[in-house]
Amino acid sequence: MMGEPLTFADRRPVLAGWAAVLRVVEGLWTWYRRNWRAAVVSSVLQPLLMLMAFGIGFGSLIDTSARAAQATGGVRYLVYLAPALLAVSAVQTAAFESSYPILSSFKWRRTYEAVTATPITPGQLAVGQLTWIALRLIMSGGAYLLVIMLFGAVRGPGVLAAWVFAVLCGMAFSALLVAFSAAQEQEGGAFTAIFRFVVLPMTLFSGTFFPISQLPRVVQPLAWVSPLWHGTELARGAALGTLQLSAAAGHLGYLVALLVVGVQLTRWQFRVRLTR
Amino acid sequence: MPGSVGIVSDSLVQARGLRKRFGRFEAVRGIDIDVWAGEVFGFLGPNGAGKSSTMRMIACVSPRSDGELQVLGMDPDVDGPQIRGRLGVVPQQDNLDTELSVRDNLHVYGRYFGMSRAAVRARAAELLDFVQLTDRADDPLEQLSGGMKRRLTIARSLINDPELMLLDEPTTGLDPQARHLLWDRLFRLKQQGVTLIISTHYMDEAEQLCDRLVVMDGGLIVAEGSPRELIARYSTREVLELRFPPGDEHGWPETLSDLADRVEQLPDRLLLYAADGEATLAAAHRRGVQPTSTLVRRSSLEDVFLRLTGRSLVH
Amino acid sequence: MTALRELSREFDASRAALLVRVLPPGLYAGRARMLVLRSALASRSVWLAVVSGFFEPLFYLMAMGQGLGSLVGTVSGPAGQQLSYAAFIAPGLLAASAMNGAVYDATFSFFIKLKYAKLYDAMLATPLGPVDIALGEIGWALLRGGMYSAGFLGIMLAVGLIFSPWGLLALPAALFVAFAFASIGIATTSFMRSWQDFDLVQLAVVPMFLFSATFFPLSVYPSAVQWLVQAFPLYHAVSLMRSLTTGAVGWSALGHLAYFAVMATVGFLVASRRLTTLLLR
Repeated sequence: MMGEPLTFADRRPVLAGWAAVLRVVEGLWTWYRRNWRAAVVSSVLQPLLMLMAFGIGFGSLIDTSARAAQATGGVRYLVYLAPALLAVSAVQTAAFESSYPILSSFKWRRTYEAVTATPITPGQLAVGQLTWIALRLIMSGGAYLLVIMLFGAVRGPGVLAAWVFAVLCGMAFSALLVAFSAAQEQEGGAFTAIFRFVVLPMTLFSGTFFPISQLPRVVQPLAWVSPLWHGTELARGAALGTLQLSAAAGHLGYLVALLVVGVQLTRWQFRVRLTR
Repeated sequence: MPGSVGIVSDSLVQARGLRKRFGRFEAVRGIDIDVWAGEVFGFLGPNGAGKSSTMRMIACVSPRSDGELQVLGMDPDVDGPQIRGRLGVVPQQDNLDTELSVRDNLHVYGRYFGMSRAAVRARAAELLDFVQLTDRADDPLEQLSGGMKRRLTIARSLINDPELMLLDEPTTGLDPQARHLLWDRLFRLKQQGVTLIISTHYMDEAEQLCDRLVVMDGGLIVAEGSPRELIARYSTREVLELRFPPGDEHGWPETLSDLADRVEQLPDRLLLYAADGEATLAAAHRRGVQPTSTLVRRSSLEDVFLRLTGRSLVH
Repeated sequence: MTALRELSREFDASRAALLVRVLPPGLYAGRARMLVLRSALASRSVWLAVVSGFFEPLFYLMAMGQGLGSLVGTVSGPAGQQLSYAAFIAPGLLAASAMNGAVYDATFSFFIKLKYAKLYDAMLATPLGPVDIALGEIGWALLRGGMYSAGFLGIMLAVGLIFSPWGLLALPAALFVAFAFASIGIATTSFMRSWQDFDLVQLAVVPMFLFSATFFPLSVYPSAVQWLVQAFPLYHAVSLMRSLTTGAVGWSALGHLAYFAVMATVGFLVASRRLTTLLLR
C-alpha cells in the first residue's frame, strides 16, 4: 500500500513576464483541448448560421432592390455582410469567453485561486487569460474566414486585414468585460443585462446589417461609442477595399485605447480579488 | 532534506507583530511565530480564530496589514513568486479543476512552476503513486470521492518539491478512514524532511501530527508549545468526566472543588482535572456523588483549549 | 408582491389537486409556488436582468424593422397580403422571445441553481419534492415570459402592428409556447453535466431563431429545406403568432397548438422523472 519515497529535485528559477503568461495560456489550452466542442458551436457555427440566414436568406429578398444596392454600395448583400459578421462573431465569442467562464474561475471552480498559489502572479494570470481569449478569436476568425471563402463572399486579400481588425475589436471589448466579470460576486445576473443591453444592441446597431445612416439621426452617436462599429467599419473597409487612411487611424486609435484601458483594469481587478 | 535553503536564520517562517485587517475587522491582531526546518507546526483554534488569514499571508497570497513576515528568508511583499515557487499549498476548499482528468490537474499545475514537461510527467507519476491514485489517473475528477480529491490536492501541492507545505484544515469533511490515510501520507512527508504547517480545529489532528503548535483565539496566540508541553502546562495528567442526569448537576462543582486541581462545568458534564483520575473518582463517590456515567482519561489539547479560552472547541 | 403571490398560488392550485393524487408521496407537496416566490424574490436583486428580457425583441424590432426594413420594402403575409417588414417580423419576434425567455430560465439559470448553488438540495430537506421544483421553475419561466410577451404586444399595438382582434389571443398563445419550451428546457438541462453542454442548447435555439420564417418567408427556401424548417417548434410558434396578429386565422392554428401540447407534456414528464433521479438518489 505504501508508495515509493519522494525525491527532491534542485530548485529552479521562477518564470518571469511572458514566460509565466505563456504557462497560463498553456493551462487554458489543456482545458480547451478537452472541451473544444462548445467553442466550435458558439464561435464558428453561430456566425455561419447568421451568414446563411441574413446573407443568403434575407439577401435573396433584397438583392434586386435598388434601395438596398444604394445602401451596400452596390455589392451583393452577402459580400457586404460577411466581413462585418467577422467582427460581430469576434465580439460575441469575446463576450461569452469573458463573462461566465471568468466568474466561474473565481467563484465556483476556484481555479484562479489555485494558479496564484504558484509563482504565477495575479497580473500574469490576467494577461494570460486575455491572451488566451485573443488566441480563441484568432482561431475562430480563421475558421470563419475559410467558410466565407467557400461561400464566395471574399473579394481579395484585404480580408486578412479584416481578420486582424476583428480580433482587435473583440479584444477591446473582451478586456473591459473581463475586468467587469472579475468584479462580480453574485451568480451573474449582471451578465444577462450585459448581453441584452450591451452585446445585443451593439450587434444590431453597429452598422453590421445596414449602414448606421439608416438609423434615426439622434441614435447614430450611440454607434460611435460601440467598439463593434469601429471594428465593422475597419473590417468591411479592408475587405471591400474602401478603407480610407484617416478614418482607419481614428477607428484603430479608439480600439487600441479601449484595449489598453481594459487590460489595465483587468490586471488591477485580478490583483484586488486574488490578494485579499 | 532539500538542499541549502539559503537563509540566515533557521526558521522557515518568522513573523513579528503580524496583523491582518479586512476593513475595520482585524482578523489577526499581532502575532509572533517561528517555524523551524523539519518540524510540523500547527495552528489550533476554532473557526474565525485567524488561522486561515495567517496561512494566506504565509502563502504569499494575502498582503499583511502590519508587522514583519519572512518566509524562507524572504519578504512576501517583495519576493512572493520566488517564495510561492518553493511552497506547497493545500487550501481549505479544494480548488482542483473539475473539468480536467486527475493527471491533467497535476500536469497543468506543475507547469505553473516553470517545470519542463518531462519533469512534470515523471513527478506526477511518482506523486500519483504516493497518494495511491495511479489507477485513477485518467478518470475525470467528478468520479473521485472527497478523500481522493483531498489526496490529489496534496499530490498537486507536492509537484514542485516544496520545502514548506501549508495545509489549511486538511481533513475537514473527511470520513475517519480517509483522515487516517491522509495523516499517514503527511507523516511520511515529515519523515522525508518536509516542513509542514497545518491549521486545524481538530484536537486529535493536532496531537497526531504536530511537533509544536500555537493556540489561536480571536486573532491572537494564546499559548505555544508541543502538545505534551501544553498539556503539562495548562492541564493535569488525567481528567475525570462525570455525567449527571439533566437538572442534577447543581452544587456538585462546589462540593468537589477541593478534590481536583480545577473543575470545569460543561452543559452536559463536569470535568475534574487531577493527576490521578481513579483516586479522584473514589473520593467523589465517598462524598455521595452519583453520576450516570464516569470516564477517566488522559488530558488532551481540548482541555488546554478549554482552560485557555473558557470555551469548548467542539461545536 | 401580493399580486405575484396570488398568481403563483393560482398557478399551483390547478395542478396540485391532480398531481398530489397521481404522484407517489414525497415527490410533490403541492408547493411549487414556493419556488416561484423564491425566484421572484431572488430576481429583485437582479431586476435589471429581468427587465432586460423585455428589451430584447424590442431591439430586434427597431433594428431589423427600421434598418433592414428600409432595404426591403414589403413582404407577403400568411394570406398573401403585403406587409411592411416590421409587421412581418414582429409576430416572429414575439414567438422567438417567448422561446428565448423560457429557454434561458430553464437552462442557464436552472443549471446554476442545480449544480453550483445547490439550491435544490436545501429545498428537498423541506417538504418540497422534485415535482414542486420542476413545476415551480417552469412556472417562473412562464411568468417572466408572459410579462415580456404582454409588454411586446403592447408595443406592437401602440405602433400599429396588430391588424386584427385575434391578436389578443397572441398573449395566451405565447404563454403556451413558453410553457412547452420551458418544460423541454428543464428536461434537457437535467441531462447536462457541465457548461460545455450548453452549446447544444445554443445549437438548437440559434438556428431555430434564424431560420423559422422569423426574418424572411419560408418561400425563399428550396422545398426540402421548407419541410425541415416546419419540423421545428419555433416555426409553428411564428406561424401561429403571425396568423393571429394579421387576422389570417385558419384551421392550421389548431395544428400548431397540438404540436405544443405534445411538446409540453413530454417535456414535463421527462423533467419530473429526471429531477427525481437526480435529487433523490
